[in-house]
Amino acid sequence: MRRHAISAVAFAASAFAATVPVAAQETVYSQVERGRYVLITGNCQGCHTAPGEEPFAGGRGLQTPFGTIYTPNITFEPETGLGRWSRDDFWRAMHEGMAPDGSRLYPAFPYPHFSKMPRAEVDALYDYLATLPRVKKEKPENELPWPLSWRASLAGWQWMFFDPGVFEPNPEKSDQWNRGAYLVEGPAHCGGCHTEKNVAGADKESRHLMGGQLENWAAPDIRAGPNGGLADWSEDDIVEFLETGRNAHTAAFSIMSEVIEYSTQHMAKDDLRAIATYLKDMEGEERSVPAEPGEAVMEAGTAIYFDSCSACHASDGSGVPRFFAPLAGSGKVNGEDPTTVIRVILEGARAVPTKAHPSPLTMPAFNWKLTDEQVAAVATYVRSSWGNRGSPVSASDVADLRQRLADGLGPDR
Amino acid sequence: MVSGAWAQYGSYGIPWIAGTSPAPRGIDGARFFTDAERRCVDALVARLIPTDELGPGAREAGVVDFIDNQLAGSYGRGERWYMQGPFAEGLETQGYQSEHPPAGLYRVAIAALNAHCRETYDDRPFAELSEDEQDAILNRVETDELEFVEVSATAFFEVLHDNTIEGFFCDPVYGGNRNMVGWDLVGFPGARYDYRDYLDHNGAEISIAPVGLMGRAEWDVD
Amino acid sequence: MARKLPPVDVVLVGFGWTGAILAQELTEDGLEVLAIERGAWRDTPTHFPTTVAQDELRWYWRKEMFQSTARETLTFRNNRSQTALPMRRWGSFLPGEGVGGGGVHWNGQTWRFLPSDFVAASHNVERYGPMRPGMTVQDYGVTYDELEPHFDRFEKLCGIGGKAGNLNGETLVGGNPFEGPRSAEYPNPPMHMTFAQHRFEAAAKELGLNPFPGPSANMSQPYVNPLGCQLGPCTYCGFCEKYGCGNYSKASAQTTILPVLMKKPNFTLKVHNEVLRVKLDSTGRRATGVIHVDQNGEEYEQPADLVILCAYQLSNTRLMMLSGIGEIYNPSTGEGLVGKNYCYQVMSGADVFFDDKYTNEFVGAGALGMCVDEYNGDNFDHSGLGFIGGGYIACWTTHNRPIERQRTPEGTPGWGSAWKKAVVENFRKSTGVGAHGASMAYANNYLDLDPTYTDVYGRPLMRMTYDFTPNDRAMAAFLTERVREIAERMGGREIKVSPREGPYDSMPYQTTHNTGGTIMGSEPANSVVNRYLQSWEVSNLFVMGAGVFPQNAGYNPTGAVAALAYWAADAIRTQYLRSPGPLVQA
Repeated sequence: MRRHAISAVAFAASAFAATVPVAAQETVYSQVERGRYVLITGNCQGCHTAPGEEPFAGGRGLQTPFGTIYTPNITFEPETGLGRWSRDDFWRAMHEGMAPDGSRLYPAFPYPHFSKMPRAEVDALYDYLATLPRVKKEKPENELPWPLSWRASLAGWQWMFFDPGVFEPNPEKSDQWNRGAYLVEGPAHCGGCHTEKNVAGADKESRHLMGGQLENWAAPDIRAGPNGGLADWSEDDIVEFLETGRNAHTAAFSIMSEVIEYSTQHMAKDDLRAIATYLKDMEGEERSVPAEPGEAVMEAGTAIYFDSCSACHASDGSGVPRFFAPLAGSGKVNGEDPTTVIRVILEGARAVPTKAHPSPLTMPAFNWKLTDEQVAAVATYVRSSWGNRGSPVSASDVADLRQRLADGLGPDR
Repeated sequence: MVSGAWAQYGSYGIPWIAGTSPAPRGIDGARFFTDAERRCVDALVARLIPTDELGPGAREAGVVDFIDNQLAGSYGRGERWYMQGPFAEGLETQGYQSEHPPAGLYRVAIAALNAHCRETYDDRPFAELSEDEQDAILNRVETDELEFVEVSATAFFEVLHDNTIEGFFCDPVYGGNRNMVGWDLVGFPGARYDYRDYLDHNGAEISIAPVGLMGRAEWDVD
Repeated sequence: MARKLPPVDVVLVGFGWTGAILAQELTEDGLEVLAIERGAWRDTPTHFPTTVAQDELRWYWRKEMFQSTARETLTFRNNRSQTALPMRRWGSFLPGEGVGGGGVHWNGQTWRFLPSDFVAASHNVERYGPMRPGMTVQDYGVTYDELEPHFDRFEKLCGIGGKAGNLNGETLVGGNPFEGPRSAEYPNPPMHMTFAQHRFEAAAKELGLNPFPGPSANMSQPYVNPLGCQLGPCTYCGFCEKYGCGNYSKASAQTTILPVLMKKPNFTLKVHNEVLRVKLDSTGRRATGVIHVDQNGEEYEQPADLVILCAYQLSNTRLMMLSGIGEIYNPSTGEGLVGKNYCYQVMSGADVFFDDKYTNEFVGAGALGMCVDEYNGDNFDHSGLGFIGGGYIACWTTHNRPIERQRTPEGTPGWGSAWKKAVVENFRKSTGVGAHGASMAYANNYLDLDPTYTDVYGRPLMRMTYDFTPNDRAMAAFLTERVREIAERMGGREIKVSPREGPYDSMPYQTTHNTGGTIMGSEPANSVVNRYLQSWEVSNLFVMGAGVFPQNAGYNPTGAVAALAYWAADAIRTQYLRSPGPLVQA
């Protein structure tokens, strides 16, 4: 009887031992291992893997307000990947947003964040990438209008919005805080989604981590101090969420699923705690009181909720924590921007399966069942019940999103 | 992994595509009956579940529309039934043995029924008989006292009876149980998914408005 | 000519409960496992989410989740003097199809058989003397004590809710005092009982019986199983049997195993592929793999070191026949074993109608019930009764779906205003008490291949020759009287008793508890598989499922089917893989 899985592992280990001198093995191993961890903190796999295809071979289309940008192959295949890049080439890309030929990179590759990573970390990442199976795969042409398709236009962008520089710790804060700040602002590039962008696609500094929109999702406000989107979360809640994809308040889905699946669930608990410490130290902005929803809308919303939602989310919005997301107090439900709420009602959503919670518990789509008015009514109901204070949602908001989803990305998976 | 082309993010292993649903195929415009057949079935189902002082019957529930549409579709064609021969009469314990799928059975049986009625009742088809006359005939159909030449009268009665109950109590998305009159009549709350708040009813009446798969009137903002 | 595919270690034929259990267990040893399922991929959000699940017409009456009889059915007759005719649509039982199999649309009543059920022949002969002529009851070849850890594993996998009555030999109040000793309490508390159960419980106690909550695979609370899979709390929506559960609150392969299994690189699932036969080498003593066919009619040969039949009992038995493994049973000569000892379940019951009380049975769940076990197995003295075995009696509030159920009192016509009035008056004010009787094997009840009718591939259909036996009838008559005693004391206006009378009718739904055909036993002369569910003839072939039951006990079979699957998996892992070959020397 053959034992494939066992024999495959044994083979890989012996091959590695055979090519590396015994004395050097430990250092090299720790360098590669360090790089592997850097890669995890940066969630490189998420963007550099096309759905259902070979990991790290790129080809995933990132939908930006300017057009579609395809991610490159970051395996060390020489023709189509990074095989011919030197360490210095790689450092320049990560630190300065510049390709080996001197052309500028689109900031869909979040080098404003990666620029904060020290050289040693970037080198370790390079060494790890060099060990990945090499895949030959051409990058599709970006779909960008002129002049954006002309990379020289990026020089101006970089001059205006990009200031390369390695992270500098704040001596007044704890080591833990500084580690968290480094991760959040550096490799983990949380602001990539959670910070609103200006018309040029650069972070609005005044809106740092207060929520953003991308690919027809609203990424929530993740500031966790008073008035922040995560003000109700404890440090433990943040750690649990990043480690398991669920906590007492919510469950991760859509793009955050990938972040958790490839990145945060594999991160050291100390690092997750550091991130929590940093986020808890960020105050939010007091929000204005939302408009009162109409009575008829609330009546319809109540009926729809009672008939269609309460079996999982419970009649008081409390859900079943870690199984079915609570809606009362949910940052995503309460967000200023209702896009995510509407989208989840329309398309459904799947809680990310993780090592801790392998079940991909999934909410079904209601797009075939509810009209725009009905989606708006039930979205309004959940946003203004049980202490929630999201603004009412209009039928035209729903119609707009339906249209954008029909025109745009195609379904999320 | 599932072998086959399942596009997916990451290594989830379990396929799912947002925004897609196994939605029911509800009533569509397809019709099977001729006008005369439709009148006959309308009269038949109205005797099985009559409109009376207790409330609406098969007519108000749209049972004939339901049956007509079902027979025009895959059910009527017996697409999921084993329809290979040879065909034999069979014993009661062996179930349906007609060579006709449901739609064909209706066609042949209605023709036979109407022929019998015209012969017996002064050239009047079943739909034009009095209710008492209709009941008398139906009783004979049910018990096989009345024999049809080509098909078993009892087999037809059983299918008709099943379909009538289906049409009276099915989800309104299929065209029957119109306005949920069937569910309202018996107090069935419909396509609901959560009765946890009612577990301790302890023998008291529970009155909850029925809801269909596509909702109820209260879902609309007015 | 079948295209030959690269070999795998293990091929599983069918991917329901037993397939998922075997795949999960054997992949843990690093084996490369391929499951071949003839139906579709099927999962909660993609096939039966809460938005579509509560649809009687679609799922039950149009049978969207069951095997399509158009492709394959079986022929049926009550006895050998009749000509078997095809079941042109399903009736009395509903074989599942697709990923998860019947485990998607079961009720979730999850029992352990009694210790005496596994030794039904020797135990009863010793206590009551020789069996009736024609009875072919025999021992399982495995004991309750051997299976106990495996029952326990399955209960923990599923999050079964219940109350132990015998914990390590100690009798506990509120549980089933007749059950075999359990090594652990149920992993979840019992379901939340409703009015009808309270009345049943009071009536049973009045009669001096020991009512206890039915063991339930519907979750009485949120549950995380040992694999980390999450099951939501049951919402008592009353759509369990014949339906998929939309909110993850019924144990199934989908909710308990697949989230972990499907991610394993050494597991592959092929759907929409039907295994036509097990391929044997020239000696006929070794399986070399299976021949299967895809949706386009393309045939493949899948070589494997180990072949495990994990399809439904009827399909496993037929596949053995079509593969020429073992001799098909012939009742005239008593020769042959494949197809022998086909058994079923003998159900009877009574409806109870209330005047001023509402049972509201739409507030229900597949395994929401109170039970008594005084009249099951050999829990009572059968001396002079003329039968062996028995059944549990229960008041389950599974549902009140109106197409399926319109309870009316005795004497109500079947249609018209009087029928309508009776339905309206009683729909929310009635309940039922049922006896779930054992089915003992007889020489004249069996399965073989039909000489006339064929499936979509031109292969003969299975032929079922079955009727209730003298033992069944005597047992059912006895149990029905016990049902009556309880039903009469539940405080209703009237009851309507439905005894088990007349020949077995293949059409009205009774239960999907078909057993036998590939029975297990102590030696090749009396069984198709040995005590580890390994084929006596072909030692690298194992057969799962209720087909291995030599006769059926007075319980729902899934618990025993799963325990036997774990038991067999354990034998494969700890014995067979070390030294492939027969695990029991003939």
